[in-house]
Amino acid sequence: MQDRPLSPHLSIYRFMYTMALSILHRITGMWMAIGLGALVYWLMSAAAGEGDYARATALMGSAFGRIVLLTWLAAFCYHFVNGLRHLAWDAGLGLERRAARNSGRLAVALALVGFLVATYLLFYPHAGSP
Amino acid sequence: MSLRSPLAVVLGRGSAGDGVAHWWAQRLSALALAPLTLWFLCALVRLQLNDYAAVTIWIASGWHPVWLGLLLAALCWHSRLGVQVVIEDYVHSPALKLGALLFNSGVHVVLLAAGGYALLSIALRGTA
Repeated sequence: MQDRPLSPHLSIYRFMYTMALSILHRITGMWMAIGLGALVYWLMSAAAGEGDYARATALMGSAFGRIVLLTWLAAFCYHFVNGLRHLAWDAGLGLERRAARNSGRLAVALALVGFLVATYLLFYPHAGSP
Repeated sequence: MSLRSPLAVVLGRGSAGDGVAHWWAQRLSALALAPLTLWFLCALVRLQLNDYAAVTIWIASGWHPVWLGLLLAALCWHSRLGVQVVIEDYVHSPALKLGALLFNSGVHVVLLAAGGYALLSIALRGTA
């Protein structure tokens, strides 16, 4: 399987921010794959009983826990919006260079707005809950 | 009729033939996840998350266990497919790649089984 021809690789292209958006989609996806473990841990603690659940929420509600949860929320917001962009491409929409660049900016803006709104709603109304 | 030469078939070169199924599964799970994750996030906003009784009652009520189960399944499926692509792209040694792919599948099966068990156990507790 050695010495098979490869398509021109990343290093050959001039850097564009659309490339950064593409790799960010993967990074946020990988980070959320780890977050899936936290989600299952949360469910398992709720199934185990009140004491275990209290320990899980204490961990998630700690300063460190909140920061990690916020990074997962941010990753979700970006991956969600950029995922819709990918689905549009798969349907053959917005593939032209200008459209793809504009939708990239729009995706970042929407993800940022979504993240701020979700953070505000999750953290502000109930102080003391993760 | 295959256009591949007998030698190419024996050497195992060319497409494995399951790329399209992978592609579709990734998109379909993404489509399912769009409404499911939004619903879950909205629910989290309304829940008092450190209130054990409120959270377990919410998980167990009405159609919630069904939607949560589907959310969990779609998440595990989508996540497994995504991590698989990243491993295939960046891990080049055949042995390490096979090991990483098996580990990836195994972890996601365990996550799905554990999450599904937790959901059932919470949902059926009241009626048991």
